[in-house]
Amino acid sequence: MPKVTYIEHGGKEHHVELPAGWTLMQGATLNGIDGIDGECGGSCGCATCHVYVDEAFLDKVEPQSETEDEMLDCAVSPREPNSRLSCQIKATPAIDGIVVRLPEAQS
Amino acid sequence: MEPAGGVVIVGAGQAGYQTAESLRQEGYAAPITLIGAEPHAPYQRPPLSKAYLLGETDRHRLKFRAEHYYADHAIDLRVSTEATAIDRERRRVVLADGTNLPYAHLVLATGARPRSLPVPGAELEGVFALKTLDDTDRIDRRLGSAESVVVVGAGFIGLELAAVARKLGKVVTVLEAAPRVMGRVVTPELSDFFARVHRDQGVEIVTGAQVEAFLGEAGAVCAVACADGARHEADLVVVGIGVTPEVALAEGCGLPCDDGILVNAQGRTADPRVFAAGDCTRYDHPFAGKPIRLESVQNAADQGRCVAAAIAGRARLYDTVPWFWSDQYDLKLQMVGLQEGCDETVLRGDMADRKFSLFHFRAGALRAVDSVNRPADHIQGRKLLAAGISPTAEQAADAGFKLKDLLG
Repeated sequence: MPKVTYIEHGGKEHHVELPAGWTLMQGATLNGIDGIDGECGGSCGCATCHVYVDEAFLDKVEPQSETEDEMLDCAVSPREPNSRLSCQIKATPAIDGIVVRLPEAQS
Repeated sequence: MEPAGGVVIVGAGQAGYQTAESLRQEGYAAPITLIGAEPHAPYQRPPLSKAYLLGETDRHRLKFRAEHYYADHAIDLRVSTEATAIDRERRRVVLADGTNLPYAHLVLATGARPRSLPVPGAELEGVFALKTLDDTDRIDRRLGSAESVVVVGAGFIGLELAAVARKLGKVVTVLEAAPRVMGRVVTPELSDFFARVHRDQGVEIVTGAQVEAFLGEAGAVCAVACADGARHEADLVVVGIGVTPEVALAEGCGLPCDDGILVNAQGRTADPRVFAAGDCTRYDHPFAGKPIRLESVQNAADQGRCVAAAIAGRARLYDTVPWFWSDQYDLKLQMVGLQEGCDETVLRGDMADRKFSLFHFRAGALRAVDSVNRPADHIQGRKLLAAGISPTAEQAADAGFKLKDLLG
């Protein structure tokens, strides 16, 4: 199962293995990682599961849709080139070892 | 001294779960007991009528948290547990098995139950409501072999279900009593747009339909009969005609209710030790300017957070501008604000592109935004409405005008 490291804004790290097909948002909420809200349930509709993806993995995650692009503009914490919505990133073998950093705030 | 018992939360849906989670986030240290009638740990309902039925997610991923979360956070989660009465004088919740749970604070998050259609045949096999995970599993089991599906009620759930059934290749009929689909929540132009989309997808939509009976064969539904004599074949019927708030417990212990448990802007009932949150409540919303009852994830989550804050001694006002969403086919409908009393609507974007928003104004002030596949408009609309800043109708209609600029 792909391994994912979540780093909270305060620096706390969480190492989680996600079944293939799960989204990084699902992995975070189900494992009780604070800092990812996902209040729309993962339908790319609220921008409260914003993460910063480690540059080394940016080209390995699925590309973002136009909707995600628009939603990222609505995120509460600053948008960076490596900003993504974690509900739109599925765990696949290609992203094994991925590191994502959580922003200061989601809402 | 704080009385013993901590917080007892009755109802483990979105509002009950959120209250428990937020209490711990607020640093509340006393015991928390979370009671749910369903046999499942708290889960998200919105995907049930969408991704879950389509097989794009599974029951494990519907959960808000893995089950160990509750033990880790000293939340005593009791599933398959029903509260039957509240003794406010002795501050106890009585459970179906006779157990008494003492409380320092009680939170009623009892939700709402689907209205049933009081017509002959409503008890037939294959006639369902869609609220819970178990309901959805029952629908799912029948949906596999069904050829024709009739949905009664063209609200969010009914139309989401219709979209799912069409995607799965079923013959789908939607019977709506009112003259328009989603007529209770959207304006005629948006209603017409969605009706057109469903018809283009092959759904038969019948408005003004009066369901007279569900007809059966060997105990299972086979058709729906309408008052005008029409008969619609159905191997599966889903009734989605709205919900009734669950107020029996509150009424039973003498708390004021009026189609919902009456609470103030902190989620407090008439009893200072009893709070309520979610679909079961009615409260004087500052944005609405009158008491309203909302059936939405946003309301459940935000009211739950507010109740938790109040119990933790950091009471704040719950005044979030209401927002909602629905996913049908490739359309993401997002709505914010309240349209009641609006006198002007402008279109931003192009309906033919299936990417547009409707901005609704009342006496020149923005009151609501409905967006289809324009999520940024929705979020900007939320921010504008929360800040009390209104674009002019001309600015809203000009897709080149950056709404963000108004927010500074």
